[in-house]
Amino acid sequence: MLVKHAASTEAEIRIGTDGKSLDTRGLEFEINDWDRYAVEEALRIKEAHGGEVVVVGVGIDCDPTLRKCLAMGADRAIKVPIDTGMDPYLTAKAIKEAIKGEKFDLILAGVMSQDLNYSLVGVLLAAMLDLPFATAVTSVKIEDGKVRVLRELEGGYQEEDVLPLPCLLTVQSGINEPRYVSIMGIKRARTKELREVKVTLGEPTLVVERIYHPPIKKAEMLEGDAPKIVDQLIEILKSRGLI
Amino acid sequence: MRVFAIAEHRFGELNSISFELLHLANSIKGSGTSEAVIIGRNVAGFARELVRHADKVWVISDESLENYNPDLYIDVLLQLFRIETPDIVLIGHTSQGCELAPYLAVKLGGSVATDVVGVNVSNDAVTVSRYIFQGKLMVDLKITKLPCVLTIRQGVFKEGPEVNGEVINTDIKPSRSPARSFVKFIKPEVGEVDISQADVIVAVGRGIGDASNIKLAEELAQILGGVVAGSRPVIDSGWLPKDRQVGISGKTVKPKLYLALGISGAFQHVIGMKDSDLIIAVNKDPEAPIFGVAHYGIASDLFEIVPLLIKKLKEIRG
Repeated sequence: MLVKHAASTEAEIRIGTDGKSLDTRGLEFEINDWDRYAVEEALRIKEAHGGEVVVVGVGIDCDPTLRKCLAMGADRAIKVPIDTGMDPYLTAKAIKEAIKGEKFDLILAGVMSQDLNYSLVGVLLAAMLDLPFATAVTSVKIEDGKVRVLRELEGGYQEEDVLPLPCLLTVQSGINEPRYVSIMGIKRARTKELREVKVTLGEPTLVVERIYHPPIKKAEMLEGDAPKIVDQLIEILKSRGLI
Repeated sequence: MRVFAIAEHRFGELNSISFELLHLANSIKGSGTSEAVIIGRNVAGFARELVRHADKVWVISDESLENYNPDLYIDVLLQLFRIETPDIVLIGHTSQGCELAPYLAVKLGGSVATDVVGVNVSNDAVTVSRYIFQGKLMVDLKITKLPCVLTIRQGVFKEGPEVNGEVINTDIKPSRSPARSFVKFIKPEVGEVDISQADVIVAVGRGIGDASNIKLAEELAQILGGVVAGSRPVIDSGWLPKDRQVGISGKTVKPKLYLALGISGAFQHVIGMKDSDLIIAVNKDPEAPIFGVAHYGIASDLFEIVPLLIKKLKEIRG
C-alpha cells in the first residue's frame, strides 16, 4: 500500500525565492486524498480475506501520514526517508528498492497525488516490477487467485477487467467511505512497527526549471459587501434574460 | 526529433486527442518526423484520417487488439519502437494514456511526464510545462533522459498543418497473451435528470461542506429553473448521485448559466463545463483556478452570497 504525505491544495501556496521551489512554511501536509481511499480498500480486503497491510511512504517527514494509516488499521509501515522532489520516477525506484524482500499479493496506490497530480508512481512501480496493473479502479473483488476490477473511463463509462495476483491497482476516489481514526486506533498505532529503509536516490529524470503562477484569463470579479455583490449578480442574470 | 503520437479510439470512434498529439508533434519535430501509431482491428479508415496530419502512420492491426488492453498495446508498441526508435512519444492524458505512458517509459529506459500543456524543444533539449496543485501553479521541467513519454492534456493543441504523409501497414502481432483480461464495458448510469440537457446548472464542489447544505443549491436551482450538479468530491462523498457529475469522468455540459459554488476548478472538472454560455463562480479562495474559466467571479463565502441571492430572487418573483 503506497501512501504520500502530500501538501494540501486548500492553503495558500507560495513560491520559494529561487523561483524553483515551494515555500514550505505556508504548506499544510496531510495524507493524499486518493490514498485515504486506497488504504481503506486495503483494510477491507484484509478484513474479508485475511493477511497483512503494509504501508510504504517516501519522504523525509512522512511519519504523520504513515502513523495515520497505522491508526486506521494498517499492520506496519516502511518509511523511505528521501526527498524525490518533483520526480516520480525516483519515488517509484526508491519504493522498488525499499520493498525488496517483501512478499505481497497486491499493491494498492491512489490514482494521483493531490499536490503534483502526475498519476505516475503506481504504474511506474508496476513496470519496474513487471506486474500486471490497472488504474482508476472503482471496484475491487478478490476471487481465487485473481482480482476482478472496474476501471473508470471517460464520460461515465467503466470497464471490467480480471487480473492475476500479484498485481498493482491504483484506486479512484469515491470507491468506498474511508473510516475515521479512533482514539483506540491511535493508541494501538504507537506500538506498531514503523521501519526506516535507506535507499540511494537515483539519477533525476525531471529537473524543475521554474515554478510560476499560470497566465490565466481572469474572471471579472464582483466586489463589495454581500448585498452589493448580489445586486450586481442579479443585474447580470437579468441582462442575459436568465430571470 | 522523431516524435510519435499514439492514436486513441473507443466504440469505433477516433478520439480527437489523436489529432491534437499530431499537431504538437508537427510543431516540435524540427527536421525530424511526426509519426502516428494506430492500434486496433480494421483501423484503415482511422489511418487515412491520421495521415493528413502525419509524416507516417504505423498501423498495427490484429483481432486481439479490438479493445484496448495495456499488456497487448505495450507489447506491440515495444516491438515497433525496437526498430523505429522514438525521441518523444506523445499520448493523450486519458484513462488509456495514463496506463501506457509510465509503463512504456520504464520499458524504453526513458523518462515520463504527464498532463503536459506545453512542450519546448531547442538544441535537442526538451522542456515541458504542466500544472500542479490542481491548477493553482505551473512548473517547467527539463527532461534529462530521452526518449521521453509525455501525456498531453486534451484541448490544448487544437490547430495544426496538413502534412499528408504515408501509411505503413506493419505485420506486428502481440507476442503473448495478456495478463489482464478485458471483460466488458459498462454504460453510464441513467438518472432521473439529464444535466447535459439543462439550461441552468447550479454546481456544487467541496466548498459546500456537507450533504445537508445541498438543499441550499437545490433551492437556488429551483428558483432559476435549473438542476443541481456537482464536482468529483461531492459525488465521491455520496452527496449527489454519479449521474450529476460534471467533468471528464462524468458529463460535459453547455448550459446558458453555470453557477459554480465552492468548486476549485481542477482541469478534470473544467473540461466538462468550460463551454457554458455564462459561468459565474463563487469561491472563498481568490486563487482558485475556477476564476480562470469563469466570466464573473465572487471571492466570498458562498453561505453569505447564496441565501441572500435566493431572498432577492424570491422578492423579484414575488
